Amino acid sequence: MRFELTNEDLMMRELFRKFTKNEVEPIAAEVDDLERFPEETVKKMADLGLMGIPFPRNYGGAGGTYWQYINCVEELGVACGTTSVILSAHTSLCAAPIYEFGTEAQKQKFLVPLAKGEKVGAFGLTEPNAGTDASGQQTTAIKDGDDYILNGSKIFITNAGYADIYIVIAMTDRAQGLKGISAFIVEADTPGFTIGKKEKKLGIRGSSTCELIFEDCRIPAENLLGAEGKGFKIAMVTLDGGRIGIAAQALGIAQGAYNETVKYVKERKQFGRSISQFQNTQFVIADMKTKLEAARLLVYNAAYKKENKLPYAQEAAMAKLYASEMAMELTTKAVQLHGGYGYTREYPVERMMRDAKITEIYEGTSEVQRMVISASELK
Amino acid sequence: MKIVVCIKQVPDTNEVKLDPKTGTLIRDGVPSIINPDDKAGLEAALRLKDQYGAHVTVITMGPPQAKVALQEAYAMGADRVILLTDRVFAGADTLATSTTIAAALQKLEFDLVITGRQAIDGDTAQVGPQIAEHLNIPQISYVSAFENHGDHAIVKRSFEDGFQKIKVSYPCLITALSELNEARYMSVMGLLDAHRILEIETWGFSDIDADIERMGLKGSPTKVKKSFTKGAKSAGKMVEGSPKELAIAIVDKLHEKFMI
Repeated sequence: MRFELTNEDLMMRELFRKFTKNEVEPIAAEVDDLERFPEETVKKMADLGLMGIPFPRNYGGAGGTYWQYINCVEELGVACGTTSVILSAHTSLCAAPIYEFGTEAQKQKFLVPLAKGEKVGAFGLTEPNAGTDASGQQTTAIKDGDDYILNGSKIFITNAGYADIYIVIAMTDRAQGLKGISAFIVEADTPGFTIGKKEKKLGIRGSSTCELIFEDCRIPAENLLGAEGKGFKIAMVTLDGGRIGIAAQALGIAQGAYNETVKYVKERKQFGRSISQFQNTQFVIADMKTKLEAARLLVYNAAYKKENKLPYAQEAAMAKLYASEMAMELTTKAVQLHGGYGYTREYPVERMMRDAKITEIYEGTSEVQRMVISASELK
Repeated sequence: MKIVVCIKQVPDTNEVKLDPKTGTLIRDGVPSIINPDDKAGLEAALRLKDQYGAHVTVITMGPPQAKVALQEAYAMGADRVILLTDRVFAGADTLATSTTIAAALQKLEFDLVITGRQAIDGDTAQVGPQIAEHLNIPQISYVSAFENHGDHAIVKRSFEDGFQKIKVSYPCLITALSELNEARYMSVMGLLDAHRILEIETWGFSDIDADIERMGLKGSPTKVKKSFTKGAKSAGKMVEGSPKELAIAIVDKLHEKFMI
């Protein structure tokens, strides 16, 4: 068994770290404070080829590995949870399903500009009454000649408002239940498609999270992704992949909080010595480091399985469950070790703690991950 | 337009730490980087490529590990990279180094040669100017701005207390200051190609026309007699106040140290 990164991987990680340090970290606090979508960073990411790392060159991608993409999400997360999820939602939830399920024409039309970063992607599944229970879809898509007509709404959609291309899940035949669900590619400027309420959130405040509203929105039938009735499967497979991205985001946020904490405890003096000299601090740091590495191995293992086309749904769920709960725990401990300063916006750890919380919720709550993990154990 | 950029792989001195017990440099695990002045030179060449379609060749002399610096140069956008490596070249001082690199440059076509001003591990600032002497071409050192005008360039040569604006015709050599520009990132695609497609050209002594007596340690008139680590000085102390107060503070300090 090998746990080594190649020279290519190491140089790639250096590139991600340098980019994060120079372009992402300096504006992370401001992006959070002003709830500002960092459009300029997305443009810079596109210029370097970060918006399509795992896709082949003929589809506009960089032709990199899945691990490299996951590591990019992780490294961005070290400084900024917002920037990290923008990339994860764009790549895992929008570009990936088009790559996996799209026709050649759909790939040329939609995947190429997404992977080049000329366009940003989003994914709409959740509805007010269909969250964890995705089968309760109220949005409908009714066939009308060469079109489908979409009606309904989606909520909590990451990148909404800034995205150009959306994967939208809708009911094409309610009588068929889960088999009556289909997936569509919807362009932002389609008449009848509008962006609704923008959420004000606890964390990842620069990430745009909005409602999608469809009112007699006419979609050409050629924008149907996969076949009619395959939407639920497409959504579930897409979320399996998305979970590795969110796990990597959580891992990055936790690593960022850990880095800040190590720096702080060496500088902060109480009772005449740095607080790193107290055994409580040393034990907390030891536990943080150990949990970080445990999460990292789970995340990389899930990425490895996906890359090598091995079954990975359970691994992705375990990586997401553990990494997100670990991130919540570590960021909380980071704030605690920073004391009163940690609670203020003078230090980044309170932002990291707020950012960490969402990783336990979106793309399947921790409870859903436990259902996925145990399902294959208790068959 | 054909440009050759000479780069050196150096230890990242920002990452070098001192062993608190022995006071010596800890070199283990220190990452290697492209020398910052050289990287500015490479960026200048790549901007000429972007603007005028210049062809950029990057050359480095060093051990086989130096290929990483060439991979980075390629990932940033260089067209061709050459590693000059041979046991015969080892132990070279600045003269032997410049002799070797100049011999390699004789095998290439160029309008412009760019080197960094100096390397952060040696700080001699000699290799660039020596190469120009060997090649018998004009040289402008300490370049902080560069404009191409077809058959000539207008460059700004910066000093601590001023600058010169110089018109120079091609072919010529410039030595770049890191202030010249801010180097670009590698692109993801470039980085992947640098590992998957790029075959680094490796040139040894037999690939250049040079006198073996003038290569490496043998061809180096300067020899390191002894190297030692300078004792660490304590940080200086800033005192503020009127000239009179400052004078008193200095005199007090000198008294305190029994110096007067």
